[in-house]
Amino acid sequence: MTTANPAIEVSGLHKSFGKTHALDGLDLHVETGEVHGFLGPNGSGKSTTIRVLLGLLRADSGVARILGRDPWADAVEAHRRIAYVPGDVTLWRNLSGGEVIDLYGRLRGGLDPRRRTELVERFEFDPTKKGRTYSKGNRQKVALIAAFASDVDLLILDEPTSGLDPLMEEVFRRCVEEERDRGRTVLLSSHLLSEVEQLCDRVSIIRNGRTVESGSLGDLRHLTRTSVSAELAGPPNGLAGLPGVHDLDIQGHRVRLQVDTDKLDAVLRSLSEVGVRSLTSTPPTLEELFLRHYQDEPDAPDEPDAPDDPGGASGASEQSGAAR
Amino acid sequence: MSGVADTATAAPRPAARPTRPGGHRQLAGTATLLRFALRRDRVLIPVWVAVNSLMVLSMPNTLKSLYGTAAQRADLMHQMAANSSLRALVGPVFDDSVGALTAWRVGVYAGALAAVTSLLVVVRHTRDEEESGRQEMVASGMVGRRASLTAALLAAAVANAALALLVTAGLAGQGTAGALAFGLGLGAVGMVFATMAAIVAQLTESARLARGLTAGVLGAAFVLRAAGDSATNAGAGGGSSVLTWLSPLGWLENLRAFAGERWWVLALFAAAILLQGAAAYLLAGRRDVGMSFLPTRPGPAAGRLTGAGALAWRLQRGSVLGWSIGFFLAGVVYGGLTDGAADLVKGNEKAREIFERMGGHSALADTFLASMIGMLGLVAALYVVASVLRLHGEETSGRAEPVLANPVARLRWAGGHLAIAFGGSVLLMLLAGLGFIVGYGAKAGPILGACLAQLPAVWVVGGLAVLLYGLAPRAATAAWGVAGAVLLIGWVGPALDVPQLVLDLSPFGHLPKLPGGEMAWGPVLTLTGLAAALVAGGLVGLRRRDMTT
Repeated sequence: MTTANPAIEVSGLHKSFGKTHALDGLDLHVETGEVHGFLGPNGSGKSTTIRVLLGLLRADSGVARILGRDPWADAVEAHRRIAYVPGDVTLWRNLSGGEVIDLYGRLRGGLDPRRRTELVERFEFDPTKKGRTYSKGNRQKVALIAAFASDVDLLILDEPTSGLDPLMEEVFRRCVEEERDRGRTVLLSSHLLSEVEQLCDRVSIIRNGRTVESGSLGDLRHLTRTSVSAELAGPPNGLAGLPGVHDLDIQGHRVRLQVDTDKLDAVLRSLSEVGVRSLTSTPPTLEELFLRHYQDEPDAPDEPDAPDDPGGASGASEQSGAAR
Repeated sequence: MSGVADTATAAPRPAARPTRPGGHRQLAGTATLLRFALRRDRVLIPVWVAVNSLMVLSMPNTLKSLYGTAAQRADLMHQMAANSSLRALVGPVFDDSVGALTAWRVGVYAGALAAVTSLLVVVRHTRDEEESGRQEMVASGMVGRRASLTAALLAAAVANAALALLVTAGLAGQGTAGALAFGLGLGAVGMVFATMAAIVAQLTESARLARGLTAGVLGAAFVLRAAGDSATNAGAGGGSSVLTWLSPLGWLENLRAFAGERWWVLALFAAAILLQGAAAYLLAGRRDVGMSFLPTRPGPAAGRLTGAGALAWRLQRGSVLGWSIGFFLAGVVYGGLTDGAADLVKGNEKAREIFERMGGHSALADTFLASMIGMLGLVAALYVVASVLRLHGEETSGRAEPVLANPVARLRWAGGHLAIAFGGSVLLMLLAGLGFIVGYGAKAGPILGACLAQLPAVWVVGGLAVLLYGLAPRAATAAWGVAGAVLLIGWVGPALDVPQLVLDLSPFGHLPKLPGGEMAWGPVLTLTGLAAALVAGGLVGLRRRDMTT
């Protein structure tokens, strides 16, 4: 479902640093106007991807387009419409926070002064202190205020809330929602799954420099397992033979199991045949989804250009395992 | 929903890269970045320019007061020009006018200072910014791939243009053409090393290494010029040696300011600046931000550092090695020049007077050795300040905090760095002494003794740095000012007829003039005690005060 003007379009991106393959055929597709979560374990290539998108690194091969432009060749023009917040903001020791906010704004082609004042207030930020005296969270606010006060189409946020207190995280969330309401696009790389779950329309999960999952949260949940526990009228029957059932635990009339969400229907039918006294079914959390991808053994190396849909492939192998 | 996967399979990996190596609008944002760089350097650049131009502009008066008549100046010129060792130190003399003698006397050193200023400015605004990670944020704005480098070079150009202007205006009384040539030459030397630093900053991942390597090139330029000038006497007709022509500092003297200017030498400068600048631009446009062309070697997977002291050594060993090599080589070079210099002084009242004014007081080779060893002592003071201020760097960068959060006492942590600072100064002076012995080939004992006798004064400067760091960490970098003042007093003070009261401010002024003079234990012991007291005061302050960030 590719629209005419995706904000970010990356396919088959490769980038090596010496012997390290940081990106190994990564794909990323971000629609205009959406908040897109970008997830992956440490060292999986999130920041490398972002730095390629910003034209800071030059990809070895693959296609990357940002706001319809080549991020390396058209870096300057693209940056007019982009604001970036790194996960670790470093300031100049002898410059005040306010000076740095305005510098970043000027480098992007101007800040909205009203919005800047408003954000300084909302983030409870003192812009007159010198760079060396700010704490981690306050340094982060410098970049956040500069980004949200800029008139841009795309915000690239790389673990932007690291060091922020919960109140400030809340302010940050509201700011992101406002940006979405104005039709801006946000690429949010984060480890705070609650934040991603709350803010993001779609997510991409990457691992070892490749995309392993991409879609809306609903789509992704579909690919994972629902936990079901039930108390039945009689002993359950034939559950073990159903496709997609895992960790089946039967204690008399009580049943606990995990089922691939798209196979839930058959399990419920089998249960109701026996007669259900009580039933709880818990949808998978993003965390479970995430852990599944983080903890899996790395896939066997495929051909880089081979069609690959690791989510479906691994699901299939688990099904066959459960059936045995 | 699997649009991503579809695109991946559908799109073949494109083989073609963007044709332009650096992309469009590579200089976008330069004006903003230049204003920003000048704002950050609003103290550094004016101070450097002021010190350098004062050093140059005070020279005519000094010369006039020392050599009042034209006959005296002609005499000076003939004596100086005939001696190969002196030519190695300061270069050849081309004319006996006050202007020509000024250009001769300060040219090499003012040029070297302009070079140091320029390389520091350029590395500070390029590699330093990348190493700290600030460049990443800056480059995410509308900033062209070559804008930061351009802004850094322009900031250096502003500094060098100001120097050139001040020198030209200040020396115009000695002859407009000569003043213009000398001013432009100094600025051009600065820009040659600015563009050199711009290249090196593309090659190394660490700013410290970039500064060190460029300073190494400057040292090589100095040695090449010295070797070339000692081999040939360009002042007596005939051209400079090839070695001199290999060094930008040699080009400066070959401009022959105030002595029939050879303007075409400026074209040589311009060519070097353009070529080096072009090379730096080529590299900068093709490079990933934060990466370097010289790869950093991976470190060991398991660490063997056993404690805070071992960490301090691991952090400082590279610079100790660099300084050590420099001191040894300087000793060899100056030791080798000693006999030649002594020949000059023999039987010449004027030259003897010059040497006496340079700080020595007895005779011949000893006098020369004493003034050269004294000069290295002054440079060792710079080392000790740099090394002590590592503590300040570790603290303000936040790297000290996790170390001190372990069961490591502050004084123990500081002790590791201070042992390297103060012990390292002993090592440097010993190596310089060995170098002198190798180069001169005699008097091993007295030379080593003379080198070690510099140490109490070096330690007093280091002790002041510790005191500043311990009591007033915000002002710790003022220790550079102390070292600079001591250097200035020691270097040009005696020649400038500065009041004794001011000369006495420098600890080096109280040292016995060795070799050749009488060993005076009184001042040596007093200075050592003073240094110990300063260090102790600083450590007490450090233990009591808050750690800063």
